[in-house]
Amino acid sequence: MRSESLGKERIIPEIPWDRVGVWIAALLTLCIYSFLYRDNVLYKIAEHLFVGVSLGWALCVTYHQAILPKMVYPVFMPARVDLARPDFVVAVPVLIGLLWFARFIPGVGWLTRVPIAAVVGYGSGVGATAAIHGNLLPQLRATLLPVVARSDSGAFDLWLSIGNAVLIVGVICVLAYFYFSREHRGVLGGMSRVGIYFLMLAFGAGFGYTVMARISLLIGRIDFLWLDWLRPLFY
Amino acid sequence: MEQRDAAQDGWLERLQRIDRRYIFILMAVAVIVPIVLGVRLPVGKPTRPVRLVYDKIDSLPAGSVVLMAYDFGPSSAPELAPMAVAILRHCFSRDIDVVAVSFYTAGPPLAQGVLDQVAKEFGKKYGENYVNLGYLPGMVPLLIRMSTDIPGTYKQDYTRTRMSELPLMSRVRSYDDIALVVDLASSDTPAIWITVVNARYQQEVAAGVTAVMAVDYYPYIQSRQLVGMLGGLKGAAEYESLVGRPDEATKRMPAQSFAHGLIILLVLLGNTAYVIARIRARRRA
Amino acid sequence: MIVQFFVPNRLSEDATERASDWLIIIGAFAFILGVGSLIKTHGERLRRRHPDWPYSLLALAAFAGMSIVGVGWGIDPGKPAFWLFTNVYVPLDATMFSLLAFFVASAAYRTFRARTPEATVLLVAAVLIMLARVPLGAFIYEGLPDLAEQVLISPVTGAKRGIILGITLGVVATSLRIILGVERAYLGGE
Repeated sequence: MRSESLGKERIIPEIPWDRVGVWIAALLTLCIYSFLYRDNVLYKIAEHLFVGVSLGWALCVTYHQAILPKMVYPVFMPARVDLARPDFVVAVPVLIGLLWFARFIPGVGWLTRVPIAAVVGYGSGVGATAAIHGNLLPQLRATLLPVVARSDSGAFDLWLSIGNAVLIVGVICVLAYFYFSREHRGVLGGMSRVGIYFLMLAFGAGFGYTVMARISLLIGRIDFLWLDWLRPLFY
Repeated sequence: MEQRDAAQDGWLERLQRIDRRYIFILMAVAVIVPIVLGVRLPVGKPTRPVRLVYDKIDSLPAGSVVLMAYDFGPSSAPELAPMAVAILRHCFSRDIDVVAVSFYTAGPPLAQGVLDQVAKEFGKKYGENYVNLGYLPGMVPLLIRMSTDIPGTYKQDYTRTRMSELPLMSRVRSYDDIALVVDLASSDTPAIWITVVNARYQQEVAAGVTAVMAVDYYPYIQSRQLVGMLGGLKGAAEYESLVGRPDEATKRMPAQSFAHGLIILLVLLGNTAYVIARIRARRRA
Repeated sequence: MIVQFFVPNRLSEDATERASDWLIIIGAFAFILGVGSLIKTHGERLRRRHPDWPYSLLALAAFAGMSIVGVGWGIDPGKPAFWLFTNVYVPLDATMFSLLAFFVASAAYRTFRARTPEATVLLVAAVLIMLARVPLGAFIYEGLPDLAEQVLISPVTGAKRGIILGITLGVVATSLRIILGVERAYLGGE
């Protein structure tokens, strides 16, 4: 980068922002990992930096992606969002949204309930139908499986039949376990015990997958430290 | 005899209560060594849920549009970014166009990075072959709004370009114009896509999820509410092998193997010490 | 919204579109409220000279810095906010969660015990999945990945479906209670 001053050219060295960024990222990574030895100042600094930066980023994204194109431009600069004329109706949800802050004004704090009711009401209405049509009915339908199953060629398929039977038994027994309106005795008690074993299988599988997920995150960071930060220093 | 028993019990007790920092060191070594040495291992046969996603995308004609939702942040990127890259390579190699959305504030820049990287490999142009619509809050109302007017809902993309300046968006109005939704998620957003979009609008949905959530979505695969699913880093590696481009996920599997082996050894060691301690205690009693 | 689901009429759909658009805007304000909450919490710590007040100052400064840079100059690739996102936010977020790998290893060794038959089943399932989902499993026994897949397809799917059905019934019941006005805790304890 050059700048001219009094007719003479002055060369300002280009700052390698990519490398600077990698070093900052690597040092911050090590600050977080220092917690593994024990809680310390470096970790606390990194932690609070993360809190501030993450919320700041979220605010920036909300501003540029939601506030400007959905609230500001439709009213003041409609051409920027392909509108032929200003859309003043946008003022209604903006006013409702502003009522979130009514809680800070003495005497009118109750107005906060308006946006809360709007959000919760909408969510409940959609949630009820989504739960029934999106979860309950399809999942029940998918449980109605033939215990005497046939393969595509029409022949009896033993493994498919066993799999279907196990699935059906699993669903019924787990539901029996979660039925707390009656004491788990007799047949219900037996089904409930079987349900517990099915749940343990599921939780065990979930734990195995969780271990896998956490280790993948660690591998990602070690990859970065070695490939992006340290290896370029040596090769 | 009693002194020897007490000494052995003390040893077992110490083994079970070893300072966890030694375990941290072992874990670090288990991950660092294969990465630094560049160990390679075969990924193995792709599993059925992954194959279902691959077959679905493979069956789409050129010119189709796939909507990819980048519902994750940097904390899940090591698992989900390789999935995104593999799926994008598959789409672009078949001339399938991609529209990206996100319900996480950290999603759009991650999406942009991955999209630009893969688009460059295939000579794809922003605005014509791929668009990043970015983030908007309120997932459920947004999904419902997108059923009728996607450009009208977003108004601008992540780079603050108007919809009218993006040729791709002239032919993507609603779910009718989208062949498949692929949700790359680190939370329960696939369940919302399924219960709201698949149930109401019969839009086909596939998912790429972190390993933590993979088990939760098997019921949806079995009920065919999900076309298929990529689960964790292994899912990403399997998709890379199907696409024929082993990349980040495949390179990381050896480290994953070593780390899993270490954890299993630790579990077995801990349980062995526990069982021996119990047997001794019973004998003395 | 429930009535709209069963009324596929143009007017009903237009009303839904409008309502959905408005909810997106109202949702954006809810986030801003959350930002205010952070500023209030850390501001209080500063005011009361809490022992950790320098860290609160750092958090607020980082928030202010990122917000000013992002709002002022944009968040597109190539902009300073994007650089901060890539080199500060990403490493911090990713590393914070990767700490869990160490704690999972420590917990697996120190607390994961087969004390009861149920715990043993859990342990065996976890070990099976951990082996089957990496190349090591196929190396030990070729059929291990397929065995794990069978365990996932039938018994685990059955168990998870039972949980899904239970939760769904709960969601439906709660939604109806809210709509009918029986449940009003969300309005502030009335």
